[in-house]
Amino acid sequence: MVRFSIPLVIFIVLAGFLYAGLSLKPREVPSPFINKSAPDFQLQKLDNMNELFSNKELLGKVWLLNVWASWCVACRQEHPLLVNMARNGTVPIYGLNYKDVPTQARRWLEEHGNPYALSIVDYEGKVGIDYGVYGVPETFIIDREGMIRHKVIGPLTRTELRKCVLPVIEVLEKSEPVNVVALSEVRESCSS
Amino acid sequence: MLVLKRPLVLLSLVLLMLVGMQSVLAKQAVPMSEDPEMEAIVNEISEELRCLVCQNQTIADSNAELAVDLKNQVRDMVKAGKTQDDIVDYMVERYGDFVRYRPPVKPSTYMLWVGPFILLIVGITLLMRNLGKRKKNTTDAPLSDEESQKLKSILDANLVVTKVKNEAEGTQS
Repeated sequence: MVRFSIPLVIFIVLAGFLYAGLSLKPREVPSPFINKSAPDFQLQKLDNMNELFSNKELLGKVWLLNVWASWCVACRQEHPLLVNMARNGTVPIYGLNYKDVPTQARRWLEEHGNPYALSIVDYEGKVGIDYGVYGVPETFIIDREGMIRHKVIGPLTRTELRKCVLPVIEVLEKSEPVNVVALSEVRESCSS
Repeated sequence: MLVLKRPLVLLSLVLLMLVGMQSVLAKQAVPMSEDPEMEAIVNEISEELRCLVCQNQTIADSNAELAVDLKNQVRDMVKAGKTQDDIVDYMVERYGDFVRYRPPVKPSTYMLWVGPFILLIVGITLLMRNLGKRKKNTTDAPLSDEESQKLKSILDANLVVTKVKNEAEGTQS
């Protein structure tokens, strides 16, 4: 009896690990920025390249920073959701136009609709590196104090929006100072 | 003809591979900066950093766009006189511990570092125990008459076979 139970136990443990491995997402590198201040930037505005814009101007607001580019195929997938969100006026969405040609970026917005309160030009991708961006699109949720509270890697989906993004925004907008407990509860429930 | 065809096919395959290799080599040999000494430092640091897009490569190995950008960032920082620790810390701050190709030793990674050794020790103990058990189960006993007879006949037969074989080979040559 013991002879058979040992391999069986080993098998069950192994199978358990493998099963857990199925739902892991190795491609998603957890951002070390969660609950830390968003790095400061000062970049040209896409629609008026003579003017600079700094993230400091957004202190006191809950906002989204969406990293996008006209060459990014997955961005097209999430774009209608962003346009819809902008129409509903949930929160202001700011676009970080990542390693893109400004003329092409402007044309892309004309074609697909512009959900952004403002887009800024990160031509060399330096601000992207500062924010730990490693794929486009990525979306950061930033609170009134300029802290990054949540990050979505890859295109937003309807489910993600409903389960994560909107609830996180709600917590951030309703509580001041931020209700950290409620926030981590929401984030935990949506990551599963 | 068939015999001749095969080596030709093989040869052309090898040649094709060589040509392919050369184009790959040519691509990687693009000079990155004028100062080879600094480039060596940049490369050394890049070997420590993981490419976030192609996760099992270092940014030194990878030609992904992000890896190239990160390498440029490393180069800029080396130029500015930053040390390796400064640069790795800068990357960890932005991309997390995952960006380090060599995971740091800390409580959450103890298992990773010690695990293989634990497994090795467990394995050796199990092996020793099994070997000990097996030794106990076997006893040295002298062959019985019948057994030694059998052994002798097998050996003799073998001897004859080799002898015949050797003779046959001798006449052939």
